[in-house]
Amino acid sequence: MSVTAFLTDSTLCIGCKACEVACKEWNQVPADGFDFRALSYDNTGSLGHSTWRHVKFVESGAIPGFGGNAPDVFSWGFSSDVCKHCANAGCLEACPTGAIVRTEFGGVYIQPDVCNGCGYCVVSCPFGVVERRPEDGRVFKCTFCYDRQKEGLKPACATACPTESIKFGEIEHLRETARKRVRDLEEKGFDDVNLYDPTDTSVGGIHALFIVRGDPKTYNLPPKPEVPTTYLKKGWMSAGIAAAAMVAGTILAFAGSSDR
Amino acid sequence: MSISPERETRELRLQQIRNEAQLRATSVSKLPPLTHVDAQPSNGHGALQDFHPAASASPQTGYYGMPLLKTPAWTWEVPIYFFVGGAAGASAMLASVGRLTGAERSMIRDARWLAAIGAAISPALLVSDLGVPTRFLNMLRVFKVQSAMSVGSWTLMSFSSAAAASAVLTELERRRVLPRIPVLTDVADIGAALTGLVLATYTGVLVGATAIPVWNAKVSLIPLHFATSGLSTAVSLLELRGHTSSALNKIGIGATVVETAIGASLEFGKEPATEPLHHGPTGWTMRVAGLLSGPVPLALRLLSLTSSSQSSRAVKLRRAAAISSIAGSLITRWAWVYAGRASSKDPKVPLQLPGPPRPDAKQIPQDK
Repeated sequence: MSVTAFLTDSTLCIGCKACEVACKEWNQVPADGFDFRALSYDNTGSLGHSTWRHVKFVESGAIPGFGGNAPDVFSWGFSSDVCKHCANAGCLEACPTGAIVRTEFGGVYIQPDVCNGCGYCVVSCPFGVVERRPEDGRVFKCTFCYDRQKEGLKPACATACPTESIKFGEIEHLRETARKRVRDLEEKGFDDVNLYDPTDTSVGGIHALFIVRGDPKTYNLPPKPEVPTTYLKKGWMSAGIAAAAMVAGTILAFAGSSDR
Repeated sequence: MSISPERETRELRLQQIRNEAQLRATSVSKLPPLTHVDAQPSNGHGALQDFHPAASASPQTGYYGMPLLKTPAWTWEVPIYFFVGGAAGASAMLASVGRLTGAERSMIRDARWLAAIGAAISPALLVSDLGVPTRFLNMLRVFKVQSAMSVGSWTLMSFSSAAAASAVLTELERRRVLPRIPVLTDVADIGAALTGLVLATYTGVLVGATAIPVWNAKVSLIPLHFATSGLSTAVSLLELRGHTSSALNKIGIGATVVETAIGASLEFGKEPATEPLHHGPTGWTMRVAGLLSGPVPLALRLLSLTSSSQSSRAVKLRRAAAISSIAGSLITRWAWVYAGRASSKDPKVPLQLPGPPRPDAKQIPQDK
């Protein structure tokens, strides 16, 4: 089975949130409440246990052509965020129950009937995607519509996207599409288009690519995500030294004392 | 491929969502252009900047300064578990080494009991922290070396069995219910000591090998910090049980010297990721923890050396040091978890944003 991926082209996104609605309906994800943040038109904030697709609203100064607004009005950049389905996934490595698995399509899937809600994946995700649902106890995130992919269908968000901003397909094919799209936009005079695809980090590439205008940091996309297993060596080294020192110190203290 | 009618309805519904979104987008774009808007000069920080100067999405602030990582879901049980597990693991090691070096019998017995009691409390704490406690046994479905949580679960299970066996065997032998079976006692004892050493240190690896900046920045220090803290607690508990051998005081002095050094390195080693250790309530918690587990008990223990080891003054000073160490050790675990929570909410480190501004900073970055 080929490795599938998302390509989310934020230059085409109109912020309609059809992806969020479709995802919620298809996967029967509970409501995430209404939290008035007074920061922007985005009152959802971030991905979470009940938000598996999330449209970010970036308000900028007037940039002609950005967001399709009039030149003298501030403009909007929208980008639909989703679980990155990392090639080396921190959550999957951390999961002590084996509940988090790699599917035959290359996605990262949490088996809800195995998860015991230990919460270790939550602190192991370098993108802040996985979250424990308090009223349920287990953790939840995007399933990459594993059920739909098994039947040869596109994920719900990609199916419902009215502007083809969310593309779904084979990963290398999408990388090519993305590069071509960036080139096209550059030819049209957009000099600030970036493809977010951190392949040179320890996460070893992601299965949800993003085309954004401006710096990806604006969309809370980290420049150098690291899979936390890279810290294990240092940690166990310290543990080993500590254990050896404890034993040595105790032996010295006991052996060197007349009253033990 | 034939699709069930129900499936078809749901598929149609997705189409419906798409059509509705498209329709609304079209109708908005047909609106006449806005003409009466007082345009703000472009400042690259977002139009809302005039009202909420910090609330903008930009390469300097990230997405409206919102957290990039998720806050640890762990509740109060976890730092207590780190504390109890650390003390129990170190106690088992003390009992085993004490036996090999011919330490006082009653001290060995008490150390075994401390280990066994800790081994009974620890799983309870760990289970109650789970989102689905009835599924605790799922931890033992697989063994994954790359998951510190998996290694820890197996370690805790082995430790609990060995520590309980060691304490029970000691008691049965003492009451002459069983004849002495040295092989069994040895296996239980050494098993508890070895798994205890892992138990007292792995929790540091557990928090260090995560995406939380303050934790992974200090991944080389936290296991050592937790181990020292656990050893300090184990010695202190034995002293409070009335054991006054000078060997325990020597171990206590060694541990508090290391604690003092760790406290100093945390206080004076500054980097962006360790900001929560220096500022605000998280910083003060760590400082209090450091003082109570390092310099304060160290001074008391050194003072106790000026009197003869069995004098009531020396015993009192050592008891005071023990109480300070135990409190400091508990606050240390809590301080690390607390700092991790604060660290997870700050997007500056994962986004490599320029520092300061600290959350309490008055200065807000302005464009030239």
